[in-house]
Amino acid sequence: MAETTAPLLDVRGVTIQYKTTEHRITATYRVDFQVFRSDRFILLGPSGCGKSTLLKAVGGYLNPVEGEIRLKGVPVTRPGPDRMMVFQEFDQLLPWKTVKENVVFALVSSGKLPDKAAEEKALEYINKVNLTKFADSYPHTLSGGMKQRVAIARGMAMEPDVLLMDEPFAALDALTRRKMQDELLQLWDDTHFTVLFVTHSIPEAITIGSRILLMSPHPGQVKAELNSLPRSAMHGDAARELERKIHAMLFAEPVESEDEFHA
Amino acid sequence: MPEADLARPDVLRPTVDASQFGVVQRPLSMGERIYNIGAVRKLTILVLLAAAWEIYARWLHNDLLFPTFSATLQAFAQAMISGGLLGKAWTSIKVLLIGYAAGIALAAVLTTVAISSRVGTDFLETLTSMFNPLPAIALLPLALIWFGLGNGSLVFVLIHSVLWAVALNTHSGFLSVSNTLRMVGRNYGLHGLSYVGRILIPAAFPSILTGLKIGWAFAWRTLIAAELVFGVSSGSGGLGWFIYENKNQLEIANVFAGLFTVIMIGLLVENVIFRTIEQRTVRRWGMQN
Repeated sequence: MAETTAPLLDVRGVTIQYKTTEHRITATYRVDFQVFRSDRFILLGPSGCGKSTLLKAVGGYLNPVEGEIRLKGVPVTRPGPDRMMVFQEFDQLLPWKTVKENVVFALVSSGKLPDKAAEEKALEYINKVNLTKFADSYPHTLSGGMKQRVAIARGMAMEPDVLLMDEPFAALDALTRRKMQDELLQLWDDTHFTVLFVTHSIPEAITIGSRILLMSPHPGQVKAELNSLPRSAMHGDAARELERKIHAMLFAEPVESEDEFHA
Repeated sequence: MPEADLARPDVLRPTVDASQFGVVQRPLSMGERIYNIGAVRKLTILVLLAAAWEIYARWLHNDLLFPTFSATLQAFAQAMISGGLLGKAWTSIKVLLIGYAAGIALAAVLTTVAISSRVGTDFLETLTSMFNPLPAIALLPLALIWFGLGNGSLVFVLIHSVLWAVALNTHSGFLSVSNTLRMVGRNYGLHGLSYVGRILIPAAFPSILTGLKIGWAFAWRTLIAAELVFGVSSGSGGLGWFIYENKNQLEIANVFAGLFTVIMIGLLVENVIFRTIEQRTVRRWGMQN
């Protein structure tokens, strides 16, 4: 864990474009950043800054037109279980499998573990997210927050090199979101996993992140890369100061502000 | 809005333990529970229909046009025991199952090709729009020339009637699988057939099941109609032949018994087989209410 010399994830000069029927649109332009082991790395920016697109590219779902993404020195070309993704949508769990089966299926079908070991690992992580009681329930019987916890358990059970989270708490109500943020940090204290987390909420970025990448929109470019605060300073003046600073940087040119202040 | 400056105190109220409530959980009454059983509701409908049939037929009082329900039941029982209705039904079902299975297998191949490339999709769409509107019976004369007067022709028209309905529904089911689920599947490193089998098919299962049901109904219709046209093959005809034969002998109660058999098998397959599959799969998974 002391290895700080080589980055785990190296994103260099990445430009991503996609085509609609009429236009070719540049989503991100020459984005650089490095994620190191056990980072809680946040991609923060308003909608349209390409942060989700960037995350999908790291996931291997999109290929950049320029630049490259390397995970442990190996270029990323397609999706794989070494980069588990947690999506925003609640329908990311397979509805035909129970909570436990969902986690087991991920482990088995990716060839990570044989059946027996997969089941043990699945139960271990389901327990970590406090869902042991619901291990045999089908996803449609769970609440939104519980579904996201299963998705997180599934992602973590795979023990990927980096966990990719695409606004996983955005569709939750504010109270549940706060709880989930705390739980995520507790899980991190447990295993020190590496996570790349996309959000458009400044307070969420400060709470969860250890390092924050600020992006500006149209096309998405890096504006700054900041350190977040130690967890002890999370509720003090320093947090408010940092929040103000980020806010000022993101909204240097006034744009329509969204509902940023929920957390 | 003017601000009302009302000084209101904070209110704190203790919550009460659940044992204090009158009703937290109450078993349903007998009537409610019986009403909840689907079989009871459906049987009631069937009984009412049978009663209406009986009353109308008695009032009409013409055995040649419309025998009563009881006469039909009697003819049905008689034909079952001595008239070889059971054997004829079995002949029909055997051919039906062969055609149905072959149709589904072909549909599986076609849709797999269709989702793996755009040309495949175009191919399936073109074929479906060409052949789906073509009634299977219209192909029967051709089939008779190609395959002769036997089960081969029947299986051919059956495949035609099953294939397009199943392929169309399965394909549209695949297309409507949510993008998130697709990405989840690829995230596990699934691709090719294992991706189709483990992600697409279960995710599209409600549509696939609809296709299977429609295909089953089409197959029955086609088979009975084909047997009516084509009569007997290799000594033992099927249900359609039974109906045709009895019409010629003006045994109208037996004609009704033949139709009754078709209906009974239809009800059985729909309410027992498909129903069980539905309950074990899409309902359990919350994909259908």
